[in-house]
Amino acid sequence: MAIKSKRYQEARLEASTNLELYWWVFMRISGLVLVFLLIGHMWMNAVLVDLNSIDYEYVAKRLSQTTWKVYDWLILALALLHGGNGLRYVLDDWVRDPAKRFWTKVVVYGLLAFLFFLGSLSLFNHDFGVN
Amino acid sequence: MQVTLKILRFDPAKDKKPHWETYQVEAEPWDRVLDLLHKVKWYQDGSLAFRRSCGHGICGSDAMLINGRNRLACKTLVKDLGSVITVEPIRGLPVEKDLIVDMEPFFAAYRAVKPYLINDEPPPQRERLQSPEERARFDQGTKCILCASCTTSCPVFWVNGTYIGPAAIVQAHRFIFDSRDRGKRERFKALASGSGVWRCRTAYNCTEACPREIPVTQLIEEVKREILFDHF
Ligand code: HEM
Ligand code: SF4
Ligand code: FES
Repeated sequence: MAIKSKRYQEARLEASTNLELYWWVFMRISGLVLVFLLIGHMWMNAVLVDLNSIDYEYVAKRLSQTTWKVYDWLILALALLHGGNGLRYVLDDWVRDPAKRFWTKVVVYGLLAFLFFLGSLSLFNHDFGVN
Repeated sequence: MQVTLKILRFDPAKDKKPHWETYQVEAEPWDRVLDLLHKVKWYQDGSLAFRRSCGHGICGSDAMLINGRNRLACKTLVKDLGSVITVEPIRGLPVEKDLIVDMEPFFAAYRAVKPYLINDEPPPQRERLQSPEERARFDQGTKCILCASCTTSCPVFWVNGTYIGPAAIVQAHRFIFDSRDRGKRERFKALASGSGVWRCRTAYNCTEACPREIPVTQLIEEVKREILFDHF
């Protein structure tokens, strides 16, 4: 006998899919990849160059190169997905009221999608004026 | 010694909300909290309701929130608590009266993992043999007395009651790692779903709460790994 579900949402929670397994694995792998991406990012922008000397010119030059476009986009995508799913965990654990939980998620996911859109746009669709 | 015993009481016939009642009880340091509850019920206020059966830490019926931690009233000594003792019902399950909660959601989760041996192979002539090592593999789970201390100490369980809870996972572990059992895929249906093991955030409250000293969090992690490697 399974847990008795009284509402559609509970029934959905009980329906057996492997989605949560995939997210669990993703959190670990993306976390590990982020360690190296972020160490690299900080090494290049805070250790190799003086953090205070970073200006538009420096950033524009870097972001005109496909390698760094892809590198930074990976950080953007992984951090948003990892952080977003992490926030989903937190909301599921702490917001008790189903309606409040739903609307908080709508706002959070919306914000994340907006950040992703904005980030991708400025990486790939912005002319930095550098050849 | 004189003990100030504060009990969170609730009478569904009279009260809208639980409220604290304070009792002064004469106690010996080696008395158990269960003895204090008896003293109140027998000599001060017969309407106090709580569960207990064996009185010796075996039946699992008297788990309570004692001084902020889930413990068995029959295994907790006054000398380890001091002269002010608070007793509340375990959390996350509906309170029926005083310290008695509705255990049905807890046992529904228990039944969902099919806590019995599943093996459709024809039984051998004598018994299904098992080596001492194979028996030791699931020994820890066999100590569970289904007291619900672990499940009702888990913050994820408190949220919306859809998490299957540590106790059910411990019980599943007992059979998943039994060399005679063939039913792990059936158990995974309940364990790998959205309300199953992936809801665990390794808070470790369960391990601290278990009166049988079962390393609950570790067993949960072992079940996670078993599901993971079974899938990939
Ligand atoms: C630097 C390397 C990182 C590693 C190794 C890492 C690792 C992890 C792991 C393994 C989890 C899952 C925990 C669980 O299942 O209980 C997690 C959760 C989380 N991560 Fe990361 N992460 C990293 C970076 C980040 C970044 C950059 C962000 C923000 C954008 C972030 C935000 C979160 C959040 C909000 C959670 C949920 C916390 C919780 O469940 O209590 N992490 N992280
Ligand atoms: S694992 Fe420990 S705390 Fe949880 S129900 Fe079993 S005996 Fe009680
Ligand atoms: S009364 Fe049986 S475990 Fe406490």
